[in-house]
Amino acid sequence: MTIAEFPVPYRIARRRYETHDTVTLTLEPAGQAIAEHRAGQFTMLSAFGVGEVPISISGRPGRTALAHTIRSAGAVTRALCSAAQGTLVGVRGPYGTDWGIPASASASASAGAPASASASASASAPASASVPASASAPAGTGEDLLLVAGGIGLAPLRPALLAALDQRRGYRRVIMLIGARSPAELVFAAEFSDWRDRGAEVEIIVDHGGERWPGHVGVVTQLIGRARLDPARTTALVCGPEVMMRITARALLGAGMTADRIRISLERNMQCGTAECGHCQLGPLLVCRDGPVVSYQRAEPLLAAREL
Amino acid sequence: MTGVAPAELAGHAFLRGLTAQQAARLAEVATAIAVPAGHRFFHEGGQATRFWLIRTGQVALDLQVPGRPRLIVETLGPGDELGLSWLSESMQWQLGAAAQVPTTAFELDGPAVRGLCERDCELGWELARRMLTVASGRLQAARIRLVDLYSSPVQGPGSPR
Amino acid sequence: MDNQHDAGPPDGSRLLAAPALDQLLGALHAAGYRIIGPVLRDDAITLGELDSAGDLPFGWGVTLEPGGYVLRKRDDQAAFGHSAGPQSWKQFLHPPRQRMWSASRRGSGFEVDAEDAEPAARLAFFGVRPCDLRAIQIQDQVLGGGAHPGSRYATRRSSVFIVAVNCTEPGETCFCTSMGTGPQAGPGYDLLLTELAGDGRHDFVVQAGSAAGEAMLAGVPLRPADAASLRRASDGVADAAARMGRSMPQAGIRELLASSLDAARWEDVAARCISCGNCTMACPTCFCANIDDVTDLSGDHAERWQSWASCFDLDFSQLHGGPVRSSASSRYRQWLTHKLGTWHDQFGSSGCVGCGRCIVWCPVGIDLTEEVAALRAEAAATAGQAGARAEGAAQ
Repeated sequence: MTIAEFPVPYRIARRRYETHDTVTLTLEPAGQAIAEHRAGQFTMLSAFGVGEVPISISGRPGRTALAHTIRSAGAVTRALCSAAQGTLVGVRGPYGTDWGIPASASASASAGAPASASASASASAPASASVPASASAPAGTGEDLLLVAGGIGLAPLRPALLAALDQRRGYRRVIMLIGARSPAELVFAAEFSDWRDRGAEVEIIVDHGGERWPGHVGVVTQLIGRARLDPARTTALVCGPEVMMRITARALLGAGMTADRIRISLERNMQCGTAECGHCQLGPLLVCRDGPVVSYQRAEPLLAAREL
Repeated sequence: MTGVAPAELAGHAFLRGLTAQQAARLAEVATAIAVPAGHRFFHEGGQATRFWLIRTGQVALDLQVPGRPRLIVETLGPGDELGLSWLSESMQWQLGAAAQVPTTAFELDGPAVRGLCERDCELGWELARRMLTVASGRLQAARIRLVDLYSSPVQGPGSPR
Repeated sequence: MDNQHDAGPPDGSRLLAAPALDQLLGALHAAGYRIIGPVLRDDAITLGELDSAGDLPFGWGVTLEPGGYVLRKRDDQAAFGHSAGPQSWKQFLHPPRQRMWSASRRGSGFEVDAEDAEPAARLAFFGVRPCDLRAIQIQDQVLGGGAHPGSRYATRRSSVFIVAVNCTEPGETCFCTSMGTGPQAGPGYDLLLTELAGDGRHDFVVQAGSAAGEAMLAGVPLRPADAASLRRASDGVADAAARMGRSMPQAGIRELLASSLDAARWEDVAARCISCGNCTMACPTCFCANIDDVTDLSGDHAERWQSWASCFDLDFSQLHGGPVRSSASSRYRQWLTHKLGTWHDQFGSSGCVGCGRCIVWCPVGIDLTEEVAALRAEAAATAGQAGARAEGAAQ
């Protein structure tokens, strides 16, 4: 697995506008598929001749179709967001560490087992310690899973949420807190009621409510107290802009959680995805290999250093 | 509107940690209320003589803007404290507040609580400390929203839009 | 008549007379290798192709200092009496620019063009110093077959023949002893030479380090190494170890750097550093690269290119429209803490081999051994103050 490899061609099977500048592409392999991904991993997506960018996989593991939710921000993402259905794009991956939410109950049956039975197929780093969603425990007695998303950070978390809901009985509570700028900038909004139907407590808070928003207005950290967490029994997955992850982690620590139970998804300049180009370093971490998912215990001193 | 048992009051997140005696003193000047959706707690500019501890429901803090429907600046929920201006010199509400859904809360008599605090410094310190934590938390949240973290990655947080 | 198959002393050392060096080069050429070695060019001893032994810089040495490199005539005819040239062997294994792939439009997508079977010329590296041998092995760890099976680096690396040269004369800026990388070459060479020049002789102690190395010696006129020659060789290397121009003790360095992120010293060095990135270009282990996709005007043809990058570049850490490491101090800190500290976390060893090139080729003469010493002093002073405060508080 190396940067010299030609990307695997995938065809855009569907494209859906999530917001005015964010598109979810559903990609189907044009030939061979890449290895099965785990929730939290990313691929390097290329628009031929334009460039390549790291994009988190936003769809559930275990399907050959790959969903990627892309915000148009530069030349490559603009090209990907505006590419028509049927266009071929390049995919390399999957890369990086995952959230530790197993795709299937059988994979998590032994506590602490590697997150995916196909771990050997993708040459990426070992998974974070699995959140024990024990299929054998009586329903309602497992751990609580808290997911906190800021803005487009919901995209890398969605596979973890879907995987957790697929084995809902293995958890006690599944709580999804979503922060966004405004109701119009929520991604996957059409799925929220389905998530609730499947047993997730979904709370949404926006910076600006606008004129018809009946829901919460404020910052996502303000939902944490109201969630009445049981900190000793909760694993938190946090994803969004780095400042949002810092303040959310601090709020979770303030609510009694320990740093080792909080996982965040880091972001740095990535050009290879395979730990060869050196760009994605954050102190001792190569974010493409030792991340993007990292425990807050490990990340906190690195994020606290200026310009690291 | 009904009287409040001290134990009930002490169970509210805002007052967690108060002694039984302190809770009893506050309970004497507290009432339990239940209001329907749309009930207005206070108008911007009104006299700030009460404050509330929300038990269930959702309350929106708002601003009136001529020619526009009211602007909601923040929402509060169970466990939150509603109303900071009762402690200020002017005792004038800076914002309005209205229930968005049926809401229950403990309502406390502002001047009476101030009197209690002035006589009982320890209770005063306990309440002041909690009010300050609430205020600084909301200030931080407001600053975070000002910085517009979710804005377009190209411009980045803090840049002009 | 010399019996070239007589292995001589127990470790297989033999002697090769300097005039016969051409025969060794000839053997390499005959085996299909292009030979790269030190050559005199542009007022420096750089690396270039050797057509014959005559291309080596016999009799040339260098005087080194922070920000200074001056050629000088030696009073012997040593071919390898120099160090810290501006280039290292990495340019041949990890080229400054290389194309990853080329693709052409087919229907609604692109397909990779067949490689013009670039017959990767087999290279022989002639004159690899022990520090540079370690540097190659460090890059093997980062870019090579273990981490990246099938990489271009792995392919190139697998066919390289290495003739290493022990050091008997350290440069003023060398500190391989501190880094445990020299002056004696460690394993990994095919052949190892120790040059004995001066006092009326000029020959090389030759040791084979691999079957390929041994095979290359067939037909090369060798004689058994006598005890005196061997002693002179080993003494030369041992003396070199004691005469290093600099030192950089490694004890606790990873922890020192990890805890020095807020040290005042970074601002001090930033006032001198001009972020030119020379150090990263000259360093034999720096590997960072940019990956760029380019297309022609028609849009029907795309290529992916890899090129050397430096963490001193402002856009190296570009994220969401701006650099994460914007200040010069943060970029110097990144380079130093990575090279000497976090490289251990990422790749299991130090990234520095003590070759001293970064000291020599820094235009403003920044010396990382001095910077590390300053960081140690600052850490000790801070700890001292904290201790005094604690004592004061306890009273």
